[in-house]
Amino acid sequence: MSVARGTAPVSSRPIRFDEEGLPFESEEKNEFQRIDDPAEVEARMGIVIVGHVDHGKSTIIGRLLADTGSLPEGRLEQIKDLCARTAKPFEYAFLLDALKDERAQGITIDAARVFFRTPKRRYLILDAPGHVEFLKNMVTGAARAEAALLVLDAGEGIQENTRRHAYLLSLLGVRQIAVVVNKMDLVEGKESAFDDFARDLTTFLKSINLEPAAIIPVIGRDGDNLAIRSTTMSWYSGPTVLETLDGFQSQGEAVDGPFRMPVQSVYKFTNDGDDRRIVAGTIESGRVKVGDEVVFHPSGKRTRVKSLEAFNRVAPAVAGAGESTGFTLAQQIYVTRGELATLAHEPQPVAATRIRSSVFWLGARPLEVGRNYTLKLGTARVSAHLESIERVLDASTLASVTGRTSVLRNEVADCVLKLRHPIAFDRAADLAATSRFVLVDNFSISGGGVVREALTGSDVHRARARTSTSAPLRPSVLWLTGERGAGKSALAHWLATDAEHAGSRVELIDDDTVGELFPAGGSIAERELRVRRLAWLASRLEAHGAVVVVAIDSPSEEARRFARSVARDFVEVHLTAASDVLEERRGARAMPEAYEVPIQPELRLDTGRLTLEEAGAEVLAWLEEWSSNS
Amino acid sequence: MSATTTVHAPSSKRASRIDHLDQLEHRSVHLLREAYASFPQLAMLWSIGKDSTVLLWLARKAFFGHVPMPLVHIDTGYKIPEMIQYRDRLAAEWRLTVIYGQNEEALASKQTFPDGNVDRLTCCGNLKTEALRRTLSGEGKRYRFDHTLGTYVVDTNREPFTGVIVGVRADEEGSRSKERYFSPRSGENNWDVGDQPPEFWNQYATEFAPGTHVRIHPLLDWTELDIWEYIERERIPTVGLYYDRGEGERFRSLGCWPCTKAVSSSARNVGEIIVELKSGKFSHIAERAGRAQDKDDGGGLETLRRDGYM
Repeated sequence: MSVARGTAPVSSRPIRFDEEGLPFESEEKNEFQRIDDPAEVEARMGIVIVGHVDHGKSTIIGRLLADTGSLPEGRLEQIKDLCARTAKPFEYAFLLDALKDERAQGITIDAARVFFRTPKRRYLILDAPGHVEFLKNMVTGAARAEAALLVLDAGEGIQENTRRHAYLLSLLGVRQIAVVVNKMDLVEGKESAFDDFARDLTTFLKSINLEPAAIIPVIGRDGDNLAIRSTTMSWYSGPTVLETLDGFQSQGEAVDGPFRMPVQSVYKFTNDGDDRRIVAGTIESGRVKVGDEVVFHPSGKRTRVKSLEAFNRVAPAVAGAGESTGFTLAQQIYVTRGELATLAHEPQPVAATRIRSSVFWLGARPLEVGRNYTLKLGTARVSAHLESIERVLDASTLASVTGRTSVLRNEVADCVLKLRHPIAFDRAADLAATSRFVLVDNFSISGGGVVREALTGSDVHRARARTSTSAPLRPSVLWLTGERGAGKSALAHWLATDAEHAGSRVELIDDDTVGELFPAGGSIAERELRVRRLAWLASRLEAHGAVVVVAIDSPSEEARRFARSVARDFVEVHLTAASDVLEERRGARAMPEAYEVPIQPELRLDTGRLTLEEAGAEVLAWLEEWSSNS
Repeated sequence: MSATTTVHAPSSKRASRIDHLDQLEHRSVHLLREAYASFPQLAMLWSIGKDSTVLLWLARKAFFGHVPMPLVHIDTGYKIPEMIQYRDRLAAEWRLTVIYGQNEEALASKQTFPDGNVDRLTCCGNLKTEALRRTLSGEGKRYRFDHTLGTYVVDTNREPFTGVIVGVRADEEGSRSKERYFSPRSGENNWDVGDQPPEFWNQYATEFAPGTHVRIHPLLDWTELDIWEYIERERIPTVGLYYDRGEGERFRSLGCWPCTKAVSSSARNVGEIIVELKSGKFSHIAERAGRAQDKDDGGGLETLRRDGYM
């Protein structure tokens, strides 16, 4: 297979199959007319529309679509037709509430996506539901938005969800907002009523650090002040909704901040004849270029960027925020998913195991002190223990309560979390994107939060991961064994990374590193000979002061006994997992083979029940105890 | 390198900032990589149509020229033959792991619409939804393209797929606009529209209970026009059925021949399709207008999708 390499322009020659001519053969593709306007190339701006139930959000969107000619032909007629057949009065909201359930209940269930454009730019409108039960969908919509419209009903004023949604917008980091005061046709003394409204709102929004770009009186049903200026409210001289949208600043991508890229994976497709080792991820902030010195956190490893890689385009010399990219490194260091790539000469992130954070909770089951959750920040994933709740904020009244031991659904709280091992992040005040995390409870994302600050006192767990102050490991052979799919290679990489960070001299022997010189496979005798050869190699490396982590197929007890006999300090770690877990991990990769279970390993770990970090921490804890006792 | 830097390397006609196609591409690539990191049993559905072929191309972007997961094709037996030829040519050319499955029982007992025994929706249910469910779970036979033999052999791997990448777009129809990027499905493939997990800050439902699987939708934010503009920019090979080859008609959306009508159009290449979509006759007509099954009841496609249809 020919693989696109980063160093040379990838051939952009069309791959043609069809003699009749797929349309790529002509270089003169510009024979047709190009429509050149700015909206063609500008990225889409995400706008979320939030507010209390029944205040008319969907109506406003439906009307905007209709008034700007953004609907597919026949859609309006189709919905009107359906309403006539089911004897329901037509509403513009039905355009969005396309699901049958919604037509039955008359409320928006989910954050629908609607595409929309003005001469200035393209929009992706996210219609967030106002019903309190569906707050998680509102969060889903709002978190993707660059700007928000907060809709409220002139007749009802500021309601519970108006406050709640505004507060969440503030917490989610949506800074550009406009308030749309709907149903102005139902209000007596429009102008003075509106002025009162505007004053109250501004005060409230200021209290949560939001400043509206505009407060706009509209009549959604009739389209007044949406796309078209109202003739019945001539006293209002501010912008229409459409003008306000076009006035929002596209935040673009944060290329000016310090470089931050959570590592998604490190790819090596050796089987396809590609020996590049590519660190891949999406850049959250800043930019990186060939030759830059990168530092990975929390491991602290550093080296230079050798090349940026790409498929079917010229390999870029620079990549910036918002781009999914990949690069190779000048030196082979062990980097894994979950680390945060940064640049050496820029401000560095924090790594800690104890954090103060602001959290909003969406789960049906409360967030409780003393329980463990999975915390995901960037690509890091760690077990988190809720140590304490400092205060709970009722998002609808903004009242603050102390002394609570749980956070209920739809509440916001400041809490302290203890993490099983250190992860890297920025404080929310420094860099929002890399301060954000979610909490997973019972297989489901149940809350979100931002890290306010790192706290001291990281006595999380006896088997905590090692920090930079940890002592180097003493030379030994760490022999990982287990059936295929038990997680040997992943754990080996994790341990090698950790030990190297702590200052040990580490050698990793797995199929990736020795595969070419010592190919796997062959007869049983050949495979056993391979194990013995590598065991001998490991013992020599150990003799010269290295910590040798071995993760190769070693199904024979006899061969492992040989490995133990040649090493000075041999630590056999047997990895197990339930058979269904093993099968799932193995998948198509390999058939199970006869495996002899170790009779007396130093350590046995069930990787089906432990996360990688937990398994790694168990091994380190064992090693630390062993070192201190001998 | 010069002292000044731009976000992109200066290349021919690319702007020095992220345009809307770049933005879509980067997000899709991110989602594909998250899926690959999260699901050991991952597959990608490939319908041969333009959308899932763009998805396949995006996988090559995400994995630097490689496609490290199998592509699953549901062969209803009624696909237009040219689609199958195109599938196998790309499979060989790009060294893809292609697997197909089909509902052999329903075809043998002629429980299909073209046989006149069931209506269109039931036919979709049999030949697509049920075939997909059984192929993903491993209950049904899987046929894998053997690159040495150049033909399909029965696949010995019957492991259920726990992550399935699907190329649906939010703009296609109402129920798809409600989708998440990562959407958990029950063991029976059912979709609980009213109770979907929240999804924010690039964090997705990658945890899943035993017996369930997750659908991943990297193309959710793309429109039909985006797809064609991207095909043009990247020069992605597409099946010739999309173009007018002198008969004054072409397919806008590809499916089974008994239920997919060609539209009258003289667009002969990607550029002409883009012009047609932007300003021509199709700028206000929905893409799936030529798909008969969508019209059979008040929410035809939604009914299908709750049961596991793509």
